[in-house]
Amino acid sequence: MTQLRGIPASPGVVTGTTYLFRHEEVHISDAPIAAGDAAKEIQRFLDGRDRAEAQIREVHAKALVTLGEDEAEVFEGHIELLIDEEIESDVKRHIEQDLMCAEKAVYLVMEQNAVDMDELDDPYMRERAADLRDIGKRLLYCVAGVALADIGAIATPVIVVADDLAPSETAQMDRSKILGFVTAAGGPTSHVAIMARSMEIPAVVGCGEALGQLAGDEPVVLDGTVGEVIVHPDKSTLKAYQQKIKAQQREAAELAELKELPGQTTDGHRVELFANIGTDADVAGALEHGAEGVGLYRTEFLFMDKPAMPDEEEQFRAYRAVAEAMGDRGVVVRTIDIGGDKGLDYLEFPAELNPFLGWRAIRMCFDTPEILDTQLRALLRASAFGKLQVMFPMVISLEEIRRLRAQVNAIMDQLRKEKVAFDEKIEIGIMIETPAAAVIAPQLAKEVDFFSIGTNDLTQYTLAVDRGNERIAQLYDPFHPAVLQLIQRVIDAAHAQGKWVGMCGELAGDERAAVLLLGMGLDEFSMSAPAIARVKRAIRATSRSDAQELAQRALEAGTSAEILELVQAVSA
Amino acid sequence: MVFQEVEIVNPTGLHTRPGKQFVQEAKKYPCDISIKKGDTEANAKSLLKLLKIGVSQGDRITITCDGEQETEALASLCTFVAQLSE
Repeated sequence: MTQLRGIPASPGVVTGTTYLFRHEEVHISDAPIAAGDAAKEIQRFLDGRDRAEAQIREVHAKALVTLGEDEAEVFEGHIELLIDEEIESDVKRHIEQDLMCAEKAVYLVMEQNAVDMDELDDPYMRERAADLRDIGKRLLYCVAGVALADIGAIATPVIVVADDLAPSETAQMDRSKILGFVTAAGGPTSHVAIMARSMEIPAVVGCGEALGQLAGDEPVVLDGTVGEVIVHPDKSTLKAYQQKIKAQQREAAELAELKELPGQTTDGHRVELFANIGTDADVAGALEHGAEGVGLYRTEFLFMDKPAMPDEEEQFRAYRAVAEAMGDRGVVVRTIDIGGDKGLDYLEFPAELNPFLGWRAIRMCFDTPEILDTQLRALLRASAFGKLQVMFPMVISLEEIRRLRAQVNAIMDQLRKEKVAFDEKIEIGIMIETPAAAVIAPQLAKEVDFFSIGTNDLTQYTLAVDRGNERIAQLYDPFHPAVLQLIQRVIDAAHAQGKWVGMCGELAGDERAAVLLLGMGLDEFSMSAPAIARVKRAIRATSRSDAQELAQRALEAGTSAEILELVQAVSA
Repeated sequence: MVFQEVEIVNPTGLHTRPGKQFVQEAKKYPCDISIKKGDTEANAKSLLKLLKIGVSQGDRITITCDGEQETEALASLCTFVAQLSE
């Protein structure tokens, strides 16, 4: 029995066997083939291509179910490129004339074409170059007869062990076959972590090099709540964990009963419990978990993985779908927050030394006004179909708010002239995620309708800790007194102007923080939908006055250890 | 051999989906089919080549068909390009 420690990324305990998600290396021989073997090599190429085509057809079929028809059609294009006759004749020529083995010919032709497309220096073509490399890799593996690790091919439920997982890989997996995740890289806010939480799959991330000890097909216990993986558990350990799993199931049943109840304290003070969503497909899950609204609709997913900027109609349809699905429940739509760690294929982003301190969000929008104009028009038009609110990210000054408001007003004038309906009373708010905005919150509160505190960035900017940097991940601490002081300042500033204030960072969904934030006066908590029930349970178990007393003591504390001790004494 | 010049009217040109559909249409015919944009000519049955010459909205291209069923092929491809809307 051995034990691995990592960062707890998604709660829950699960037992199962490991599955190593790792791509094997393919050996490409430089030795020339015998001239008499050319026909045999060509046949190997064609057979490999047939296998690759069958695989892409499977990926396509799966994507049809998981991603929908539009997104899935990309893979039909992949097949067309795979069986392209120019590629075929080039590969054959390399084999027959240059006496290359099939692997080398395939690799060379696909890579050369990808390089050609890269050199056209066009974002759309660069994306096609990536497609070609993706197809080429599969073709190479199929010709060599080496299985390409395909997360979507997992047939029985397993615990996936990987260095890291990219969004494109997770898009292909069958959720019912994934019991848990263990990764070497990443922190609590990495892609795998966020996705695991939204799928309610236990995950431990950031295990580092220790993960190398793990083999495939090993029995393990994964505890995503504490961040622990036990390999080859002995009988008594396994039994203890099985009891833990039973307790977990009992708790799930108990939480399910809270679904229809309001987020209300024992003395009748109500707060709003909202969900964070990324696409209209997340609305169903949000409602299922009892979300009373959407506190953060991240619109950037609409802009990612696309060959071109989504036009006004496409955006309008997406926003309207969310507005209609939520009905009279509010939806806070955050305008495009691209830059930092999230780039776009069709928009040139400069390589930056400090992307999180760089050209992102509204800063990028000010330089490319058509992006925000289009988004605002789509958003305002969609506001006629529900209760949308607009929220701007990365604000640091009052000037920015004035400029953004002017842009909104100009679009409103346009729409009025065109006699296009929109919500004239739509609320305009900002995200508070920079220390600057938190410090001047009293001034900002006068010119916006609401605040929403983004604790992930606020924490990393306040503490000067890069949340993606594994070596200092332990310094990333939203319970740091400096962060809490800023949050209190923001809440007080909003209330002084009669404005409401929400929170849409990870802290809002942390049940340990629920009573503390309630006591600090937070009006709205927005989190990944599955977290709602636990936060609700914490709020329903306390009174407002007890929460206020806790908040007062926590804000007097000098260390986060003291603060955590105080909040844990309450939640225990 | 038959050929005809056509103008690309749809916003995405022969990229992505329309490009794939164009190639699939061309492959239905046994004759050789090429498209020419400016001085560059490409095999119309290869999506790779089609992508590389980059046919966009407003471009004028010449479609040339040579061999068996060349007339039908040309007519069908010209109709295909004319009805593109996305």
